[in-house]
Amino acid sequence: MSAPVPLLEADDLHVWIEGSHILQGVSFAVPDHGVTSVLGRNGVGKTTTVKALLGLVPRTGRVVFDGDDITERPTHAIVTKGIGYVPEERGIFAALTVAENLRLAERRPGEPRYGLVHDLFPELSKRANQPAGTLSGGQQQMLAIGRALLNDNRLLIVDEPTKGLAPRIVREVADAVATAAESVPVLLVEQNLSLVRRVADQAVVIDAGHVIHTGSASELLDDADRVRSLLGVARTATDEPTESRVDTT
Amino acid sequence: MSTVVLLIVTGLGLGALYFLIASGLSLIFGLMDVLNFAHGAFLAIGAYGTWWAAENLPGAGPAGVGFLLAMVFGVAAGTLAAVLVELCVIRPLYGRHREQILATVGLSLAVPALIQAIWGADPHTFPKPELVSGTLPLLGVNVPKDRYLLILAAIVVFVALWLFNSRTRYGLIVRAGVQDRAMVTALGIDVRKSFTLVFAIGGAAAALAGSLGGLYFGVVTPTQGMSLLIFAFIVVVIGGTTSLTGCAIASVTVGLIQQFANYYTVAGLGDIAVVAVLAAVLLTRQGGLTGKKSAERVA
Repeated sequence: MSAPVPLLEADDLHVWIEGSHILQGVSFAVPDHGVTSVLGRNGVGKTTTVKALLGLVPRTGRVVFDGDDITERPTHAIVTKGIGYVPEERGIFAALTVAENLRLAERRPGEPRYGLVHDLFPELSKRANQPAGTLSGGQQQMLAIGRALLNDNRLLIVDEPTKGLAPRIVREVADAVATAAESVPVLLVEQNLSLVRRVADQAVVIDAGHVIHTGSASELLDDADRVRSLLGVARTATDEPTESRVDTT
Repeated sequence: MSTVVLLIVTGLGLGALYFLIASGLSLIFGLMDVLNFAHGAFLAIGAYGTWWAAENLPGAGPAGVGFLLAMVFGVAAGTLAAVLVELCVIRPLYGRHREQILATVGLSLAVPALIQAIWGADPHTFPKPELVSGTLPLLGVNVPKDRYLLILAAIVVFVALWLFNSRTRYGLIVRAGVQDRAMVTALGIDVRKSFTLVFAIGGAAAALAGSLGGLYFGVVTPTQGMSLLIFAFIVVVIGGTTSLTGCAIASVTVGLIQQFANYYTVAGLGDIAVVAVLAAVLLTRQGGLTGKKSAERVA
């Protein structure tokens, strides 16, 4: 019996930024179901990995999505193959309204899923005509996730969705990621280990531009010594979603 | 009183000309981070295209519908030139700002030189249709008709650009792209198409300025675009590089200051007064009159 074909494959990715060798041969695979979490301390190359997958930074290596080699394709062509992206800085267009931010994300062919987005985040429909720059951090994150969910994607890439959010909002965002993961595979960059424990099936740990561990997320998080050695946290995640972040020092 | 009215209307006419050039310049800079020194070349192509078509293009002429056809030809030539510059010169140099500046400066010198090589360095009398010849009274003052036409054209272009920005998907893409071009791309949008469109719009507005500038000045010269471009750059800096409204306000301000300073002081001091205003704005409001560095473009 042959091994299942991964939805996304990164093979030997290298990225240099201003003379620094940020990614030094990153390789991993994302299966076509569940949540794959990318973990690691601050500054190890997690966000750069995501940007390299999408062609947002110059890179060498190979990226295969849904059986197609997308390495040489421009970012917009990669995304239109069916990827929704929520960047670390949210990527909200501050001067546009909430409705305009969503409208901008509509892709044809296909019907935009406003029903799903507004069910998940009713706040967005109430604030449709409000400039996105005047939203709170949590509301902006909802808009960023809503924008990624608007289209019927094959993969969601979500980069640190809970970063800098209040505990109540963290729960709401975590619920949204969990709901999204029921219908679409997710590549989740996250330092909140409680959220990772709750939603992730697979874990990819990056350190100093290399993948140093891949495997089951729950097995990793259950092993306190390994978590300490790989991620630098003093204890494993609890069920409280606001605790236990990867050491950022 | 009559002098003041005349200076105001003439200043507004000149401001309208600046707006037509600067609006495209600021649109291009806002979205693409390209300081397009070749923008004056689009103006020159529009001016010479109109002048040439009025004399040579079948169906076109120096008056009536014929002149309108000549203007359409001039604007189309300027627009085509802008599209070709974007596709052939700017696109291969995306993200290489120094090379873009060198390339556009080179074009800004090459195009007038080419025009000069074909039609000579001497000014050519620009055709003036009867409809815009002579004067029309305003508050008891006889104001040249071409001033009204310039002001009307600038208002039409302002409204058209405002509608484009606020009502169309491409306008939405441009407004978003001004803020975060990479994120627009990450939403699956080929922002390069917008670049070409923005260049085409900017080129069309500049070429229209060339045609109307021919009416205003009465002549066309190979270097007309270059001298007007300097003031258009000043307008863009004063108005803020991402605001259409700021651009309009700055255009009018610069046009009026030039007219009043030149009339009430010494001829030529108007240009110095404009540079003084530019320095004051740069020192006190670095984001321009609208005070926005990267915020909303429209209104």
